[in-house]
Amino acid sequence: MSPALVISRREIRTYFNSPVAYIVVTVFTILTGYLFFTQLFVEKQADMRAFFNIMPLLFMFMVPAITMRLLADEKASGTLELLITLPVRDWEVVVGKFLAAMALLCTALGLTLIFAITVRSLGPLDRGPAIGGYLGLVLMGGAYVAIGVMASSFTRNSIVSFIVAFAISFGLYLLGRLTQFLPQSWQGLVAFLSIDGHFENIGRGVIDTRDLVYYFSMIGVSLLVATLSLESRRWR
Amino acid sequence: MSDVMIEVDGLTKDYGSTRAVDQVSFSVRKGEVLGFLGPNGAGKSTTMKILTCFLSPTEGRAKVAGFDVFDQSLEVRQHIGYLPEDTPIYRDMTVVEFLAFAAAMRGMDPAKSPGRIKEIGVRCGLGDVAGKLVGELSKGYRQRVGLAQAMLHDPDILILDEPTSGLDPNQIVEIRSLIKEIGREKTVILSTHILPEVQATCSRILIISGGKLVADGTPDSLRAREKGGRYRVVVESNGVAKEAIRDRLAGLAGVARCEILSAEDGAHAFAIDAAASSDLRKPIFRAAVDNRWTLLELLRESASLEDVFRNLTTGDIAGEPGAESSVEKGKS
Ligand SMILES: Nc1ncnc2c1ncn2[C@@H]1O[C@H](COP(=O)(O)OP(=O)(O)O)[C@@H](O)[C@H]1O
Ligand SMILES: [Mg+2]
Repeated sequence: MSPALVISRREIRTYFNSPVAYIVVTVFTILTGYLFFTQLFVEKQADMRAFFNIMPLLFMFMVPAITMRLLADEKASGTLELLITLPVRDWEVVVGKFLAAMALLCTALGLTLIFAITVRSLGPLDRGPAIGGYLGLVLMGGAYVAIGVMASSFTRNSIVSFIVAFAISFGLYLLGRLTQFLPQSWQGLVAFLSIDGHFENIGRGVIDTRDLVYYFSMIGVSLLVATLSLESRRWR
Repeated sequence: MSDVMIEVDGLTKDYGSTRAVDQVSFSVRKGEVLGFLGPNGAGKSTTMKILTCFLSPTEGRAKVAGFDVFDQSLEVRQHIGYLPEDTPIYRDMTVVEFLAFAAAMRGMDPAKSPGRIKEIGVRCGLGDVAGKLVGELSKGYRQRVGLAQAMLHDPDILILDEPTSGLDPNQIVEIRSLIKEIGREKTVILSTHILPEVQATCSRILIISGGKLVADGTPDSLRAREKGGRYRVVVESNGVAKEAIRDRLAGLAGVARCEILSAEDGAHAFAIDAAASSDLRKPIFRAAVDNRWTLLELLRESASLEDVFRNLTTGDIAGEPGAESSVEKGKS
Protein backbone atom coordinates (compact mmCIF):
# COMPACT_ATOMS: atom_id res chain seq x y z
CA MET A 1 0.00 0.00 0.00
CA SER A 2 1.29 3.44 -0.82
CA PRO A 3 2.38 5.61 2.10
CA ALA A 4 -0.40 8.12 1.34
CA LEU A 5 -3.00 5.38 1.81
CA VAL A 6 -1.30 4.10 4.95
CA ILE A 7 -1.45 7.61 6.38
CA SER A 8 -5.08 8.09 5.42
CA ARG A 9 -6.02 4.75 6.94
CA ARG A 10 -4.34 5.73 10.20
CA GLU A 11 -6.03 9.11 10.12
CA ILE A 12 -9.48 7.61 9.52
CA ARG A 13 -8.95 5.33 12.47
CA THR A 14 -8.01 8.35 14.55
CA TYR A 15 -11.23 10.06 13.50
CA PHE A 16 -13.32 7.17 14.66
CA ASN A 17 -11.26 6.60 17.81
CA SER A 18 -12.07 10.10 18.97
CA PRO A 19 -15.46 11.77 19.36
CA VAL A 20 -14.71 14.15 16.46
CA ALA A 21 -16.08 11.94 13.70
CA TYR A 22 -19.23 11.04 15.61
CA ILE A 23 -19.97 14.61 16.64
CA VAL A 24 -19.42 16.02 13.18
CA VAL A 25 -21.40 13.33 11.41
CA THR A 26 -24.25 13.49 13.93
CA VAL A 27 -24.53 17.27 13.96
CA PHE A 28 -24.37 17.33 10.19
CA THR A 29 -27.04 14.69 9.75
CA ILE A 30 -29.36 16.25 12.33
CA LEU A 31 -28.99 19.72 10.86
CA THR A 32 -29.54 18.67 7.28
CA GLY A 33 -32.31 16.31 8.36
CA TYR A 34 -34.08 19.12 10.16
CA LEU A 35 -33.88 21.34 7.08
CA PHE A 36 -35.01 18.59 4.80
CA PHE A 37 -37.96 17.44 6.84
CA THR A 38 -39.23 20.94 7.71
CA GLN A 39 -39.33 21.60 4.03
CA LEU A 40 -41.03 18.32 3.44
CA PHE A 41 -43.75 18.71 6.10
CA VAL A 42 -44.16 22.47 6.31
CA GLU A 43 -43.87 23.38 2.69
CA LYS A 44 -45.04 20.00 1.43
CA GLN A 45 -42.17 20.03 -0.99
CA ALA A 46 -40.45 16.75 -1.66
CA ASP A 47 -37.22 17.81 -3.29
CA MET A 48 -33.63 18.27 -2.24
CA ARG A 49 -33.11 21.87 -3.27
CA ALA A 50 -33.03 23.36 0.21
CA PHE A 51 -30.68 20.58 1.32
CA PHE A 52 -28.22 21.33 -1.47
CA ASN A 53 -28.53 25.09 -1.10
CA ILE A 54 -27.43 25.15 2.51
CA MET A 55 -24.33 23.02 1.89
CA PRO A 56 -21.85 25.73 0.88
CA LEU A 57 -22.52 27.45 4.22
CA LEU A 58 -22.60 24.28 6.26
CA PHE A 59 -19.31 23.03 4.82
CA MET A 60 -17.71 26.27 5.88
CA PHE A 61 -18.04 25.25 9.52
CA MET A 62 -18.02 21.51 9.24
CA VAL A 63 -15.00 20.96 7.02
CA PRO A 64 -12.55 23.10 9.02
CA ALA A 65 -13.67 21.17 12.09
CA ILE A 66 -12.56 17.91 10.52
CA THR A 67 -9.38 19.25 8.92
CA MET A 68 -8.10 21.59 11.60
CA ARG A 69 -5.90 19.16 13.46
CA LEU A 70 -4.65 17.10 10.52
CA LEU A 71 -1.20 18.70 10.33
CA ALA A 72 -1.34 21.31 13.09
CA ASP A 73 -1.65 18.65 15.79
CA GLU A 74 1.23 16.65 14.41
CA LYS A 75 3.40 19.72 14.60
CA ALA A 76 2.29 20.55 18.12
CA SER A 77 2.82 17.04 19.47
CA GLY A 78 6.06 16.46 17.56
CA THR A 79 4.79 13.35 15.79
CA LEU A 80 5.38 15.10 12.47
CA GLU A 81 9.10 14.61 13.00
CA LEU A 82 8.65 10.89 13.35
CA LEU A 83 6.22 10.71 10.42
CA ILE A 84 8.30 12.74 8.05
CA THR A 85 11.58 10.99 8.81
CA LEU A 86 9.97 7.76 7.61
CA PRO A 87 10.57 7.21 3.91
CA VAL A 88 7.60 9.24 2.72
CA ARG A 89 7.36 12.20 0.36
CA ASP A 90 5.84 15.38 1.70
CA TRP A 91 3.05 15.32 -0.87
CA GLU A 92 2.13 11.82 0.20
CA VAL A 93 1.61 13.05 3.73
CA VAL A 94 -0.62 15.87 2.46
CA VAL A 95 -2.61 13.63 0.13
CA GLY A 96 -3.03 11.02 2.87
CA LYS A 97 -4.51 13.63 5.18
CA PHE A 98 -6.73 14.94 2.40
CA LEU A 99 -8.08 11.49 1.59
CA ALA A 100 -8.87 10.78 5.23
CA ALA A 101 -10.89 13.96 5.64
CA MET A 102 -12.63 13.24 2.33
CA ALA A 103 -13.54 9.79 3.58
CA LEU A 104 -15.15 11.27 6.68
CA LEU A 105 -16.97 13.92 4.66
CA CYS A 106 -18.26 11.31 2.22
CA THR A 107 -19.45 9.17 5.13
CA ALA A 108 -21.49 12.12 6.37
CA LEU A 109 -22.82 12.78 2.87
CA GLY A 110 -23.60 9.10 2.44
CA LEU A 111 -25.94 9.23 5.44
CA THR A 112 -27.95 11.99 3.78
CA LEU A 113 -28.83 9.60 0.98
CA ILE A 114 -31.72 8.72 3.30
CA PHE A 115 -33.25 12.01 2.20
CA ALA A 116 -32.92 11.11 -1.46
CA ILE A 117 -34.55 7.76 -0.75
CA THR A 118 -37.36 9.51 1.16
CA VAL A 119 -38.01 11.86 -1.73
CA ARG A 120 -38.06 8.96 -4.11
CA SER A 121 -40.57 7.03 -2.07
CA LEU A 122 -42.89 10.06 -2.07
CA GLY A 123 -42.78 10.77 -5.74
CA PRO A 124 -40.59 10.83 -8.79
CA LEU A 125 -37.05 11.94 -7.96
CA ASP A 126 -35.47 14.14 -10.54
CA ARG A 127 -32.41 12.02 -11.14
CA GLY A 128 -30.22 14.51 -12.96
CA PRO A 129 -30.19 17.19 -10.27
CA ALA A 130 -29.87 14.64 -7.48
CA ILE A 131 -26.89 12.87 -8.99
CA GLY A 132 -25.41 16.17 -10.10
CA GLY A 133 -26.02 17.58 -6.64
CA TYR A 134 -24.12 14.80 -4.92
CA LEU A 135 -21.30 14.92 -7.44
CA GLY A 136 -21.13 18.68 -6.90
CA LEU A 137 -21.09 18.16 -3.13
CA VAL A 138 -18.14 15.80 -3.36
CA LEU A 139 -16.24 18.16 -5.65
CA MET A 140 -17.02 21.26 -3.62
CA GLY A 141 -16.30 19.32 -0.44
CA GLY A 142 -12.94 18.39 -1.94
CA ALA A 143 -12.12 22.06 -2.39
CA TYR A 144 -13.12 22.87 1.19
CA VAL A 145 -11.13 19.93 2.53
CA ALA A 146 -8.04 20.87 0.52
CA ILE A 147 -8.29 24.42 1.84
CA GLY A 148 -8.60 23.00 5.35
CA VAL A 149 -5.52 20.79 4.91
CA MET A 150 -3.60 23.81 3.62
CA ALA A 151 -4.69 25.91 6.60
CA SER A 152 -3.62 23.11 8.92
CA SER A 153 -0.17 23.10 7.36
CA PHE A 154 0.36 26.76 8.23
CA THR A 155 0.23 26.50 12.00
CA ARG A 156 0.70 24.24 14.99
CA ASN A 157 -2.50 25.50 16.61
CA SER A 158 -5.70 23.79 15.51
CA ILE A 159 -7.92 26.73 16.49
CA VAL A 160 -5.88 29.01 14.26
CA SER A 161 -6.08 26.33 11.58
CA PHE A 162 -9.90 26.32 11.87
CA ILE A 163 -10.13 30.09 11.65
CA VAL A 164 -7.81 30.32 8.65
CA ALA A 165 -9.74 27.60 6.79
CA PHE A 166 -13.03 29.26 7.64
CA ALA A 167 -11.78 32.68 6.55
CA ILE A 168 -10.51 31.43 3.19
CA SER A 169 -13.66 29.50 2.37
CA PHE A 170 -15.85 32.35 3.58
CA GLY A 171 -13.88 34.74 1.37
CA LEU A 172 -14.38 32.48 -1.66
CA TYR A 173 -18.07 32.22 -0.80
CA LEU A 174 -18.44 35.99 -0.46
CA LEU A 175 -17.02 36.47 -3.94
CA GLY A 176 -20.20 34.95 -5.32
CA ARG A 177 -22.34 37.52 -3.46
CA LEU A 178 -20.12 40.40 -4.54
CA THR A 179 -20.37 40.08 -8.28
CA GLN A 180 -23.39 42.35 -8.63
CA PHE A 181 -21.48 45.24 -7.03
CA LEU A 182 -18.52 44.96 -9.34
CA PRO A 183 -17.84 46.49 -12.74
CA GLN A 184 -18.95 44.35 -15.66
CA SER A 185 -15.42 43.40 -16.71
CA TRP A 186 -14.65 41.87 -13.31
CA GLN A 187 -17.86 39.96 -12.86
CA GLY A 188 -16.88 36.97 -14.96
CA LEU A 189 -13.61 36.36 -13.15
CA VAL A 190 -14.99 36.91 -9.66
CA ALA A 191 -17.98 34.71 -10.33
CA PHE A 192 -15.64 32.02 -11.62
CA LEU A 193 -13.62 32.15 -8.41
CA SER A 194 -16.56 31.83 -6.06
CA ILE A 195 -16.65 28.44 -4.43
CA ASP A 196 -20.37 27.68 -4.67
CA GLY A 197 -21.25 28.98 -8.15
CA HIS A 198 -19.84 25.89 -9.84
CA PHE A 199 -21.66 23.68 -7.39
CA GLU A 200 -24.94 25.27 -8.48
CA ASN A 201 -24.03 24.63 -12.10
CA ILE A 202 -23.20 21.00 -11.50
CA GLY A 203 -26.33 20.69 -9.35
CA ARG A 204 -28.45 21.52 -12.38
CA GLY A 205 -27.29 18.26 -13.77
CA VAL A 206 -25.23 19.88 -16.46
CA ILE A 207 -21.58 19.08 -16.16
CA ASP A 208 -19.36 21.72 -17.67
CA THR A 209 -15.59 21.34 -17.89
CA ARG A 210 -15.15 24.82 -16.42
CA ASP A 211 -16.80 23.71 -13.21
CA LEU A 212 -14.69 20.57 -12.97
CA VAL A 213 -11.56 22.55 -13.76
CA TYR A 214 -12.39 24.99 -10.97
CA TYR A 215 -12.70 22.35 -8.26
CA PHE A 216 -9.78 20.27 -9.44
CA SER A 217 -7.52 23.31 -9.57
CA MET A 218 -8.77 24.46 -6.18
CA ILE A 219 -7.85 21.05 -4.75
CA GLY A 220 -4.57 20.90 -6.64
CA VAL A 221 -3.40 24.37 -5.70
CA SER A 222 -4.35 24.05 -2.03
CA LEU A 223 -2.63 20.69 -1.66
CA LEU A 224 0.41 22.02 -3.49
CA VAL A 225 0.63 24.98 -1.14
CA ALA A 226 0.23 22.62 1.82
CA THR A 227 3.07 20.48 0.47
CA LEU A 228 5.29 23.51 -0.01
CA SER A 229 4.47 24.70 3.47
CA LEU A 230 5.44 21.31 4.87
CA GLU A 231 8.61 21.34 2.79
CA SER A 232 9.55 24.85 3.86
CA ARG A 233 11.27 23.51 6.97
CA ARG A 234 13.87 22.12 4.60
CA TRP A 235 14.34 25.19 2.47
CA ARG A 236 17.69 26.88 2.51
CA MET B 1 32.34 4.10 -0.54
CA SER B 2 34.09 1.76 1.82
CA ASP B 3 32.54 1.26 5.21
CA VAL B 4 32.00 4.93 5.95
CA MET B 5 28.31 5.12 6.81
CA ILE B 6 27.97 8.78 7.69
CA GLU B 7 29.98 11.66 6.33
CA VAL B 8 29.39 15.15 7.61
CA ASP B 9 31.27 18.07 6.14
CA GLY B 10 31.14 21.63 7.39
CA LEU B 11 27.59 21.31 8.65
CA THR B 12 26.08 24.58 9.81
CA LYS B 13 22.52 25.34 10.85
CA ASP B 14 21.07 28.72 11.71
CA TYR B 15 17.70 29.21 13.34
CA GLY B 16 17.10 32.80 12.38
CA SER B 17 20.06 34.54 13.97
CA THR B 18 20.94 31.68 16.33
CA ARG B 19 23.70 29.41 15.08
CA ALA B 20 22.78 26.02 16.48
CA VAL B 21 25.41 23.99 14.63
CA ASP B 22 28.66 25.52 13.49
CA GLN B 23 30.95 23.94 10.90
CA VAL B 24 30.73 20.41 12.21
CA SER B 25 32.58 17.69 10.30
CA PHE B 26 33.01 14.04 11.15
CA SER B 27 32.52 10.60 9.71
CA VAL B 28 31.27 7.37 11.16
CA ARG B 29 32.26 3.88 10.11
CA LYS B 30 30.29 0.71 10.10
CA GLY B 31 30.19 -0.95 13.49
CA GLU B 32 30.87 2.18 15.46
CA VAL B 33 28.68 3.31 18.31
CA LEU B 34 29.18 7.03 18.26
CA GLY B 35 28.25 9.06 21.30
CA PHE B 36 27.25 12.63 20.71
CA LEU B 37 28.00 14.32 23.97
CA GLY B 38 27.32 17.88 24.95
CA PRO B 39 25.41 20.08 27.35
CA ASN B 40 21.79 20.98 26.67
CA GLY B 41 21.47 23.32 23.71
CA ALA B 42 24.81 22.24 22.25
CA GLY B 43 23.26 21.35 18.90
CA LYS B 44 23.05 17.57 19.19
CA SER B 45 19.39 17.27 18.25
CA THR B 46 19.73 19.77 15.44
CA THR B 47 22.57 17.75 13.90
CA MET B 48 20.48 14.59 14.16
CA LYS B 49 17.48 16.30 12.58
CA ILE B 50 19.67 17.20 9.63
CA LEU B 51 21.04 13.66 9.33
CA THR B 52 17.49 12.29 9.34
CA CYS B 53 16.34 14.80 6.69
CA PHE B 54 13.89 16.58 8.96
CA LEU B 55 15.79 19.84 8.55
CA SER B 56 18.24 21.09 5.97
CA PRO B 57 21.64 22.45 6.82
CA THR B 58 22.19 26.14 6.23
CA GLU B 59 25.64 25.25 4.94
CA GLY B 60 27.66 22.12 4.47
CA ARG B 61 26.85 18.62 3.34
CA ALA B 62 26.03 15.32 4.93
CA LYS B 63 25.92 11.87 3.44
CA VAL B 64 24.20 8.99 5.14
CA ALA B 65 24.65 5.45 3.82
CA GLY B 66 26.23 7.07 0.77
CA PHE B 67 23.23 9.28 -0.01
CA ASP B 68 23.06 13.04 0.29
CA VAL B 69 20.60 14.14 2.96
CA PHE B 70 19.35 16.98 0.82
CA ASP B 71 19.23 15.52 -2.68
CA GLN B 72 18.47 11.89 -1.86
CA SER B 73 16.47 12.20 1.31
CA LEU B 74 14.11 9.33 0.55
CA GLU B 75 16.99 6.88 0.16
CA VAL B 76 18.59 8.20 3.34
CA ARG B 77 15.38 7.67 5.26
CA GLN B 78 15.07 4.13 3.92
CA HIS B 79 18.44 3.27 5.41
CA ILE B 80 18.03 4.73 8.86
CA GLY B 81 16.01 4.15 11.98
CA TYR B 82 15.42 7.28 14.02
CA LEU B 83 14.31 7.86 17.55
CA PRO B 84 13.52 11.56 17.89
CA GLU B 85 14.04 13.37 21.18
CA ASP B 86 11.12 12.91 23.62
CA THR B 87 9.77 10.00 21.54
CA PRO B 88 6.78 11.58 19.84
CA ILE B 89 4.40 8.71 19.05
CA TYR B 90 0.69 8.78 18.20
CA ARG B 91 -0.99 8.43 21.57
CA ASP B 92 -4.26 7.04 20.26
CA MET B 93 -2.71 3.90 18.79
CA THR B 94 -1.83 0.71 20.56
CA VAL B 95 1.79 -0.40 20.54
CA VAL B 96 1.12 -3.08 17.94
CA GLU B 97 -0.99 -0.76 15.78
CA PHE B 98 1.75 1.83 15.83
CA LEU B 99 4.47 -0.65 14.90
CA ALA B 100 2.24 -2.03 12.14
CA PHE B 101 1.78 1.53 10.89
CA ALA B 102 5.53 2.09 10.82
CA ALA B 103 6.02 -1.24 9.02
CA ALA B 104 3.40 -0.34 6.40
CA MET B 105 4.94 3.10 5.92
CA ARG B 106 8.25 1.41 5.24
CA GLY B 107 6.60 -0.82 2.69
CA MET B 108 7.36 -4.00 4.59
CA ASP B 109 5.69 -7.16 3.37
CA PRO B 110 2.32 -7.31 5.18
CA ALA B 111 2.61 -11.07 5.46
CA LYS B 112 5.92 -10.85 7.29
CA SER B 113 5.51 -7.73 9.37
CA PRO B 114 3.41 -9.23 12.22
CA GLY B 115 6.19 -11.76 12.87
CA ARG B 116 8.82 -9.09 12.74
CA ILE B 117 6.81 -6.82 15.06
CA LYS B 118 6.51 -9.61 17.56
CA GLU B 119 10.22 -10.35 17.37
CA ILE B 120 11.28 -6.74 17.85
CA GLY B 121 8.67 -6.30 20.59
CA VAL B 122 10.20 -9.13 22.55
CA ARG B 123 13.67 -7.78 21.99
CA CYS B 124 12.66 -4.36 23.30
CA GLY B 125 10.70 -5.78 26.22
CA LEU B 126 7.28 -4.77 24.96
CA GLY B 127 5.56 -8.11 25.45
CA ASP B 128 3.36 -6.96 28.33
CA VAL B 129 2.15 -3.75 26.75
CA ALA B 130 1.60 -4.82 23.13
CA GLY B 131 -2.14 -4.11 23.27
CA LYS B 132 -1.96 -0.91 25.31
CA LEU B 133 -2.45 2.58 24.00
CA VAL B 134 0.82 4.46 23.58
CA GLY B 135 -0.72 7.42 25.44
CA GLU B 136 -1.16 5.24 28.52
CA LEU B 137 2.42 4.01 28.65
CA SER B 138 5.10 5.26 31.01
CA LYS B 139 7.98 7.20 29.53
CA GLY B 140 10.24 4.18 29.70
CA TYR B 141 7.89 2.00 27.71
CA ARG B 142 7.22 4.74 25.22
CA GLN B 143 10.97 5.01 24.73
CA ARG B 144 11.12 1.30 23.99
CA VAL B 145 8.30 1.59 21.48
CA GLY B 146 10.29 4.33 19.77
CA LEU B 147 13.35 2.14 19.77
CA ALA B 148 11.39 -0.81 18.40
CA GLN B 149 10.06 1.45 15.66
CA ALA B 150 13.58 2.55 14.79
CA MET B 151 14.87 -1.02 14.55
CA LEU B 152 11.81 -2.55 12.92
CA HIS B 153 13.21 -2.68 9.41
CA ASP B 154 16.67 -3.73 10.54
CA PRO B 155 18.34 -0.53 9.30
CA ASP B 156 22.06 -0.17 8.71
CA ILE B 157 22.15 3.03 10.70
CA LEU B 158 20.40 3.94 13.93
CA ILE B 159 20.13 7.53 15.05
CA LEU B 160 18.94 7.81 18.63
CA ASP B 161 18.35 11.16 20.29
CA GLU B 162 18.70 10.73 24.06
CA PRO B 163 17.59 7.09 24.01
CA THR B 164 17.76 6.60 27.77
CA SER B 165 16.25 9.83 29.00
CA GLY B 166 13.37 9.24 31.37
CA LEU B 167 14.22 5.61 32.03
CA ASP B 168 14.82 4.08 35.43
CA PRO B 169 18.26 2.65 36.20
CA ASN B 170 17.32 -0.92 35.33
CA GLN B 171 15.82 0.10 32.04
CA ILE B 172 18.88 2.20 31.28
CA VAL B 173 21.11 -0.84 31.73
CA GLU B 174 18.85 -2.90 29.45
CA ILE B 175 18.68 -0.29 26.73
CA ARG B 176 22.42 0.28 26.86
CA SER B 177 23.19 -3.37 26.42
CA LEU B 178 20.67 -3.52 23.60
CA ILE B 179 22.40 -0.61 21.87
CA LYS B 180 25.81 -2.19 22.37
CA GLU B 181 24.54 -5.42 20.89
CA ILE B 182 23.13 -3.65 17.85
CA GLY B 183 26.35 -1.69 17.52
CA ARG B 184 28.27 -4.84 16.76
CA GLU B 185 26.80 -5.11 13.26
CA LYS B 186 25.23 -1.72 12.68
CA THR B 187 26.22 1.88 12.95
CA VAL B 188 24.71 3.76 15.85
CA ILE B 189 24.76 7.45 16.70
CA LEU B 190 23.29 8.36 20.04
CA SER B 191 23.17 11.68 21.76
CA THR B 192 23.32 12.28 25.46
CA HIS B 193 24.27 14.90 27.98
CA ILE B 194 25.13 12.19 30.47
CA LEU B 195 28.77 11.19 30.67
CA PRO B 196 28.59 7.65 32.03
CA GLU B 197 26.28 6.89 29.17
CA VAL B 198 28.95 7.31 26.53
CA GLN B 199 31.50 5.57 28.66
CA ALA B 200 29.18 2.61 28.99
CA THR B 201 28.03 2.28 25.40
CA CYS B 202 30.16 4.13 22.89
CA SER B 203 33.25 3.15 21.00
CA ARG B 204 33.76 6.74 19.96
CA ILE B 205 32.82 10.11 21.35
CA LEU B 206 32.13 13.45 19.74
CA ILE B 207 31.93 16.31 22.16
CA ILE B 208 29.93 19.23 20.90
CA SER B 209 29.61 22.56 22.63
CA GLY B 210 27.94 25.74 21.48
CA GLY B 211 27.32 24.13 18.10
CA LYS B 212 31.00 23.39 17.57
CA LEU B 213 32.73 20.06 17.55
CA VAL B 214 35.36 20.29 20.27
CA ALA B 215 36.60 16.72 20.50
CA ASP B 216 36.47 13.50 18.52
CA GLY B 217 38.00 10.21 19.58
CA THR B 218 37.73 7.02 21.56
CA PRO B 219 37.16 7.43 25.30
CA ASP B 220 40.82 6.47 25.86
CA SER B 221 42.26 8.79 23.25
CA LEU B 222 40.22 11.65 24.65
CA ARG B 223 41.51 11.02 28.12
CA ALA B 224 45.05 10.86 26.81
CA ARG B 225 44.50 13.96 24.72
CA GLU B 226 43.80 15.94 27.80
CA LYS B 227 47.01 17.88 28.32
CA GLY B 228 48.78 18.18 31.64
CA GLY B 229 48.43 14.55 32.60
CA ARG B 230 49.68 14.56 36.14
CA TYR B 231 52.28 12.30 37.72
CA ARG B 232 53.06 11.90 41.36
CA VAL B 233 56.57 10.75 42.18
CA VAL B 234 58.03 9.95 45.58
CA VAL B 235 61.76 9.42 45.88
CA GLU B 236 63.76 8.42 48.94
CA SER B 237 66.03 11.33 49.77
CA ASN B 238 69.29 9.46 50.62
CA GLY B 239 70.83 12.83 51.35
CA VAL B 240 70.15 14.27 47.89
CA ALA B 241 68.73 17.79 47.94
CA LYS B 242 65.11 17.95 46.85
CA GLU B 243 65.87 20.89 44.58
CA ALA B 244 68.45 18.85 42.71
CA ILE B 245 65.96 16.08 42.10
CA ARG B 246 63.34 18.55 41.02
CA ASP B 247 65.68 20.15 38.51
CA ARG B 248 66.56 16.77 37.05
CA LEU B 249 62.93 15.81 36.70
CA ALA B 250 62.00 19.17 35.21
CA GLY B 251 64.76 18.68 32.66
CA LEU B 252 63.25 15.45 31.29
CA ALA B 253 61.77 15.61 27.81
CA GLY B 254 58.01 16.05 27.85
CA VAL B 255 57.82 17.58 31.32
CA ALA B 256 56.12 20.94 31.54
CA ARG B 257 56.50 21.59 35.19
CA CYS B 258 57.75 19.88 38.28
CA GLU B 259 57.04 21.05 41.78
CA ILE B 260 57.95 19.85 45.19
CA LEU B 261 54.94 18.65 47.08
CA SER B 262 56.55 17.75 50.37
CA ALA B 263 59.72 16.51 51.92
CA GLU B 264 59.21 14.47 55.00
CA ASP B 265 60.48 11.26 56.60
CA GLY B 266 63.40 11.16 54.22
CA ALA B 267 61.13 11.01 51.16
CA HIS B 268 60.52 13.77 48.66
CA ALA B 269 57.26 13.97 46.79
CA PHE B 270 56.94 15.73 43.45
CA ALA B 271 54.09 16.58 41.14
CA ILE B 272 54.91 16.53 37.45
CA ASP B 273 52.75 18.01 34.75
CA ALA B 274 53.26 16.48 31.34
CA ALA B 275 53.54 18.84 28.43
CA ALA B 276 51.71 16.69 25.91
CA SER B 277 50.02 13.35 25.85
CA SER B 278 53.30 11.49 26.08
CA ASP B 279 53.67 8.80 28.70
CA LEU B 280 56.26 9.96 31.24
CA ARG B 281 56.42 6.85 33.34
CA LYS B 282 59.38 5.36 31.50
CA PRO B 283 61.56 8.50 31.44
CA ILE B 284 60.90 9.04 35.14
CA PHE B 285 61.85 5.49 35.95
CA ARG B 286 65.01 5.75 33.82
CA ALA B 287 65.98 8.98 35.51
CA ALA B 288 65.61 7.33 38.89
CA VAL B 289 67.79 4.40 37.84
CA ASP B 290 70.44 6.60 36.24
CA ASN B 291 70.66 8.82 39.31
CA ARG B 292 70.39 5.96 41.77
CA TRP B 293 67.32 7.36 43.44
CA THR B 294 65.13 4.91 45.19
CA LEU B 295 61.74 5.30 43.61
CA LEU B 296 59.04 4.80 46.24
CA GLU B 297 56.04 5.76 44.26
CA LEU B 298 55.13 6.57 40.66
CA LEU B 299 51.54 7.32 39.90
CA ARG B 300 49.89 8.59 36.76
CA GLU B 301 46.74 10.51 37.49
CA SER B 302 45.10 10.24 34.10
CA ALA B 303 42.46 12.82 33.32
CA SER B 304 38.95 11.50 33.61
CA LEU B 305 36.48 11.95 30.78
CA GLU B 306 34.71 14.25 33.12
CA ASP B 307 37.72 16.56 33.15
CA VAL B 308 37.84 16.42 29.39
CA PHE B 309 34.16 17.21 29.11
CA ARG B 310 34.33 19.94 31.68
CA ASN B 311 37.35 21.61 30.11
CA LEU B 312 35.95 21.44 26.62
CA THR B 313 32.51 22.74 27.44
CA THR B 314 33.20 25.28 30.15
CA GLY B 315 32.27 28.15 27.88
CA ASP B 316 28.76 26.77 27.73
CA ILE B 317 28.53 25.96 31.35
CA ALA B 318 29.17 29.56 32.24
CA GLY B 319 26.63 30.75 29.71
CA GLU B 320 23.82 28.32 30.14
CA PRO B 321 21.98 27.44 33.30
CA GLY B 322 20.83 24.06 32.01
CA ALA B 323 24.33 22.89 31.33
CA GLU B 324 25.41 22.91 34.96
CA SER B 325 23.02 20.16 35.90
CA SER B 326 24.11 18.05 32.98
CA VAL B 327 27.60 17.93 34.41
CA GLU B 328 26.19 17.14 37.82
CA LYS B 329 24.29 14.26 36.31
CA GLY B 330 27.44 13.17 34.57
CA LYS B 331 29.17 12.89 37.90
CA SER B 332 26.61 10.77 39.61
N1 LIG C 1 13.21 25.20 16.32
C1 LIG C 1 14.14 26.00 16.85
N2 LIG C 1 14.08 27.33 16.67
C2 LIG C 1 15.00 28.15 17.18
N3 LIG C 1 16.06 27.74 17.89
C3 LIG C 1 16.20 26.43 18.11
C4 LIG C 1 15.25 25.49 17.61
N4 LIG C 1 15.63 24.25 17.98
C5 LIG C 1 16.78 24.41 18.69
N5 LIG C 1 17.12 25.71 18.77
C6 LIG C 1 18.32 26.25 19.44
O1 LIG C 1 19.44 25.66 18.83
C7 LIG C 1 20.40 25.31 19.81
C8 LIG C 1 20.71 23.83 19.74
O2 LIG C 1 19.56 23.09 20.13
P1 LIG C 1 19.54 21.51 20.12
O3 LIG C 1 20.06 21.02 18.83
O4 LIG C 1 18.15 21.10 20.49
O5 LIG C 1 20.54 21.16 21.29
P2 LIG C 1 20.74 19.80 22.12
O6 LIG C 1 19.96 18.73 21.47
O7 LIG C 1 22.22 19.58 22.09
O8 LIG C 1 20.26 20.07 23.50
C9 LIG C 1 19.83 25.76 21.16
O9 LIG C 1 20.39 27.00 21.46
C10 LIG C 1 18.37 25.88 20.90
O10 LIG C 1 17.82 26.90 21.70
MG1 LIG D 1 18.48 17.60 22.26
